[in-house]
Formats: sequence, structure tokens, C-alpha cells
Amino acid sequence: MIDITNLHKRFGPLHVLKGINLTVDKGEVLSVIGSSGSGKSTLLYCINGLESIQDGSIRVDDTEVHHPKTDLNRLRQKLGMVFQQWNSFPHLTALENVALAPRIVKGQSKSEASERASEQLNHVGLGDKLDSYPHALSGGQQQRLAIARALAMEPSLMLFDEATSALDPELVGEVLDTMRMLAREGMTMICVTHEMGFARDVSDRVAYFHQGIMEEIGPPEQLFNTPQSEHTRAFLSKVR
Amino acid sequence: MDYFSGLQLKDLGFLAEAAGRTLLISGVSIGIGSLVGLIFGWLLTVLGRTGRFLLNAVLDVFRSIPLLIQLVLFYNLFPIIGFSLGPFAAGTLVLTVYTVALVSNVTRSGLESVSPDLRRAARSLGLSYWQDMRHIVWPVGLRAVFPAWVGVALSVVKDSALVSVLGYVELLRASQTLITRTQEPLIILAIAGAFYFALSFPMARAASLYEKRWAQ
Amino acid sequence: MDYNFHWQPVIGRLPDLLLASLDTLQVAALSIVLGIVIGLLLAILRMNARGRWTPLQWFAVAWIEIARNTPVLFQLFFFGFGLGAWGWHLSPFMIVLAGLSFNCAGYLAENFRGGFQSIPDTQYRAARSVGMSAGQTYYHIIIPQVLRKVWHPLTNQIVWAVLMSSLGMLVGYQELTGSAQYFASRTYRIFEYFAVVALIYYALVKLILMASRMLGWRLFRSEGGV
Ligand SMILES: Nc1ncnc2c1ncn2[C@@H]1O[C@H](COP(=O)(O)OP(=O)(O)OP(=O)(O)O)[C@@H](O)[C@H]1O
Ligand SMILES: [Mg+2]
Repeated sequence: MIDITNLHKRFGPLHVLKGINLTVDKGEVLSVIGSSGSGKSTLLYCINGLESIQDGSIRVDDTEVHHPKTDLNRLRQKLGMVFQQWNSFPHLTALENVALAPRIVKGQSKSEASERASEQLNHVGLGDKLDSYPHALSGGQQQRLAIARALAMEPSLMLFDEATSALDPELVGEVLDTMRMLAREGMTMICVTHEMGFARDVSDRVAYFHQGIMEEIGPPEQLFNTPQSEHTRAFLSKVR
Repeated sequence: MDYFSGLQLKDLGFLAEAAGRTLLISGVSIGIGSLVGLIFGWLLTVLGRTGRFLLNAVLDVFRSIPLLIQLVLFYNLFPIIGFSLGPFAAGTLVLTVYTVALVSNVTRSGLESVSPDLRRAARSLGLSYWQDMRHIVWPVGLRAVFPAWVGVALSVVKDSALVSVLGYVELLRASQTLITRTQEPLIILAIAGAFYFALSFPMARAASLYEKRWAQ
Repeated sequence: MDYNFHWQPVIGRLPDLLLASLDTLQVAALSIVLGIVIGLLLAILRMNARGRWTPLQWFAVAWIEIARNTPVLFQLFFFGFGLGAWGWHLSPFMIVLAGLSFNCAGYLAENFRGGFQSIPDTQYRAARSVGMSAGQTYYHIIIPQVLRKVWHPLTNQIVWAVLMSSLGMLVGYQELTGSAQYFASRTYRIFEYFAVVALIYYALVKLILMASRMLGWRLFRSEGGV
């Protein structure tokens, strides 16, 4: 489903990803953990083509993401992305936030897009907020709005970049619950996260990133209970 | 010494003198106008509803009527009420009032930008109202006002060119006279433009750098 | 005070003055439209100046800085006497239009630039991540937000263009102020004429501000109006 081989990413002289090899299967939930600056966000940006890559390849369902002929706008419809900052569009209502892209990118009619958008909003528990503007929503609600916005494109894969780390503690739960629900429904997910509980309970595998290298990857029990790498152990002892 | 045909060295002296008048009339207006404007701006933050409304309405008049009209009106008003002012006095008066109207506006928004939390913190330390004003609101607020004030001051310098309509020979008026005589518009306009630019550009730049630094 | 005010001649001229105020509005409106179009181009050119500057970017920066750092009257003189020196004689109307447009474009360019730069990068990324093209992202996401950001400065610029069009009087264009001067010079009732004209300007400015507030309120309901 996703196949990353020998991925290298540089920002000028800064070598941020140093040869990543990673495969994510359909229906799998992968959590990515690691300290700040280790390149986790950059990995996600590379996967959906928001950042260029310098070497290696990323294939999504046999489409080469960074091939010059690839239609990125088309590819991105398959890849839903949720950011740390929820990035709701402030000038649109919740319903319009969700319905906009299906309408203008997928060409759905206005009524069809609205109908599906309200389904998605119901799905994430915002059925009573259809006509609210983002500034009237809490952080947790805005983040669920962002999830609904991504889901409305009917992606086959969801990328979460620290979806909860800008939230007040009491709002983290509702967003994690929504992500759990998606995982149960069989969505393929890559979740960059600082929530070790979530990584342990929900994911099929956990990957630990350290300074641009994927130090270790494995089932949560293995990675959390018997980490192989020195760096992983040091990191885990700090976050626990 | 005849580099520019028709344009003589003493003409440059004439321009320099006129530039001096531009600086003089705008300097005086900005000086007095800023002081009064600061006070009015502060009043706008402390007066009651009615007082604020009235003061604002009066100041707003000077921002809603072309400066050119204000100059002509005042210049012609004084003979009517029985004494006459020369172009310099009338021009200075109008420019000063104009400066007051602009400065009070930027002062008010600067002072209002001082966060209530900061002020509560100050008062919670036991500072009195006046101590809060003196040590917190004014220093913090004025820093926020400063870049906007530079903008206002520079626009007064540029707008002072309009005093020429009263016959006051400032830089642009002098240029116009010289152009008519020498038929050398390009070189004379270039000199006049360069003067304004050399005055305004560095100051505007410095103010915006200051603003950026302060914003962080 | 032995001056007798004579308002009748001014009142008699009121229809003419109101007609002239249409000229004022026209030249101001045209220069704002031109200023918006050119200002956008200048802002885009200037924003793309990273590292090395091309001649086109120098041109944009020079335009913006000259417009902002010299008097408008100077700019009008340039389009009057200055172009005249190259044998290019503009009509008084064109002098005012060119001068005001030049000036508005410079100021608006900086407002637009500030507006664009205030929209976080992440908005762009979020839109692209749901598959919108660059064009769609600008049209649906970026521009509406920039418009809200520049609404207030844009309104001020419109007011300002109306006020500054009064300089038409100094280059022989008979808009509101120019006409008032023309009539006044024949009757020597300068004060009366200019007092009435001042009132008209005041009313025009208030009308513009009100229209802008109402339109802004409709456009930007989402965030409680402007
Ligand atoms: N656009 C960019 N230009 C230059 N350097 C960048 C850019 N984006 C990221 N970097 C650098 O790349 C490195 C990895 O960044 P990245 O955002 O992927 O880290 P991260 O693991 O997501 O960290 P965090 O937990 O703080 O989000 C950092 O050193 C960062 O400064
Ligand atoms: Mg990150």
C-alpha cells in the first residue's frame, strides 16, 4: 500500500531524513514516535508530496509520488492529512469547510457535497455544529472538523501529524477517540504522536525516529517493553 | 558652471532655502501637533462615553476633509474674523491641527493595545493608577505607537507641500517656479523628489525594522 | 466683524458642485481600480524577490518606494511637467488619474503583501493536502482571507483617494475642489464655496465608510464583521 525505499530528504545543507525504508499495509495503523526535529512531520509531508525528496522513492498503491508525471492533486485525494494546528478555513462554516474540496476537487454537486459533509461531521460527533464558524469551536472540535474534512475526500489512507499536541489536555481524549474509531473501521493510518498510550493500544506497529533515521520498528509490546536500541530506551525513559 | 542650461547655481540655493522652509513648517507642526495629539489620544482612552464621542467627532472632521480645503478655509477665515495670518502661520496652524487629529488616533490605538492582563499584573503588584500609567502603559503603549507615529510625521512632511497653495514657498512651490522659468522640469523635479525620498525612505525603513523587532 | 456672508451664489451653484463631485468620485474610483490591479502585480513581484533581484523586481520595489516616500503633489507634477518634458502632454484628468493610480498602487501593494504574509503557510498546506490545485487554493482559501485582512486599509485608501483628488485643482482639473475654486474666483466668495465643498467631502467620506462597513459585514459575517 505504502512503500518507502531509501528515502533521503534535505533542506539545503540540513539532512533531515537519512535513508528511510518502510512499508505500511492496507488496514494497518502505524504510530511514529521520536523527539522533536527527528523528521517525523517531514516524512508525512514527503508522503503526500508537500515536500520534494532528494533520493529514494515513495510509492502509494503503485503510484510513484515524486515522479514528475504524477498528478499530485489526484494522489492527495487518497491521502487524508490532519495537522497539529487544525488549520480550519476561518472564513467558511464547518459544513463548508468539509464540503469545499469534494465540490471543487471531485466535482460533486453542491447538494451531494453538503449531504456527505454533514454525514462526516455526524461521524466525528459534530452533527450539531454544521453552521458554526471555526472561531466558535473548541480546539478539539476544530481538530475533529479537520478529520471530517480529510475523510470527506474518501481517502484510503490517513496521515496524522501530532493531531493532539496543540490541544488542552481535557480535549485530547475526544480526538483520540475519533482516531480510535477510524482504526476500528479499518482505515490505514500513519500517526505521528506523542501519546504513548494511544501508540500502545491502537497501533499495529510503532516506529521510533531518531535524528532522521528509523531506529526501530515493531509491534507496540516489543518496542515499549523490550526496546532493542539504546536511543529508543533513552527516549522511552524520558517520556514515561 | 553651466552644467544644466538655464539652471544656475543660485537656483540650487533657492531650492535649498525652500527645502529648509519645508522642514521648518513641518517640524513645527509635527512638534506641537504630536504633543497635543498624545494628550488627546490618551484622553480618548480615559474619557467617558460622551466626551470620547465628542472629541473623536471633532478630530474626525480633520481626517475627513481634504487638507487643501482646510488650508484654504482657514486662510480665508481669519480676515473674516478681523485679523489676518500670513501663509506660514495659517499653514502651520492647519498642519498642526491635522497632525493632532492623526497622532491622537494612533496614540489611542497604541495605548489600547496594552493588554489588560499586563495592567492587572501591574496593579496586583500594588502600583497605583498613575504608577501603572507612568511605568507600564505609557512605555509599552508608546513603543507600539512609535512606528505609526513616524508614519504620521512623514506624511505631514509630504503633505506640507500643500501649503504652497497659500503662496508659501516651500520646496515644491519653488520647484514649480523654477520649472516655469528654466523649462528644465526633469532635473528640478528629480532634485525635489530626491530630497523628499532621502528624508522619508530611511526613516520609514527604520520604523518598520523597529516594529518588526518589537513584534517578536 | 464686518464681513457679510453671502451664501446665495453658492446655493445656486449647488447642482454644479454636486455634478462636480461625481467627477471626484469617478477619478477616485478609477484610480482605486487601477491601483488594486497594479498593486496586486507589484505585491506579487515583490514577494517573489528572494535572494537575487531581477529588473522586474527592482521596478516593483522602486515604484512602491517612490509612491510611498514622495508627496502626491510631486507625483502629479511628474505626470504633468515631467512627462511634458518628453513631449508627452496629458490632459488634467489624466494627470490626476495617473498620479493617484501610481500612488494607490504603491500603498495597496504593501497592504496586499502584508495580507498575504499574514496567512499562515499551513492554510496553504491544508488546502493542498485535500487535493486542491494551487489556483483553487488561492481562489477559495487564500484570497478570501486576504480580502478580509486588507478590507480596512483598502477602505482607508478609497477615502484617501477621494480626499487627494482635490489636488486636481492645482493641475487644472475641475473636479469638486477645482470647480469650487473656479466659481469662487469669479465671485470672491472663497470661504463660502470651500465651506460648502468641505461639507460635501465630509458626506462623501461618511457614505464610503458606511458602505464599506455594510459590505464588509455581509462578506465577513463569519468573524463577526469587520
Ligand atoms: N521548510 C523547512 N526548511 C528548512 N528546515 C526545515 C523545514 N521544515 C523542517 N525543517 C527542519 O527539519 C528537521 C525535522 O523537522 P520535522 O518538522 O520533520 O521534525 P519533527 O520530528 O516533526 O519534530 P516535532 O516533534 O518538533 O514536530 C528540523 O531540524 C527542522 O528544523
Ligand atoms: Mg512535527
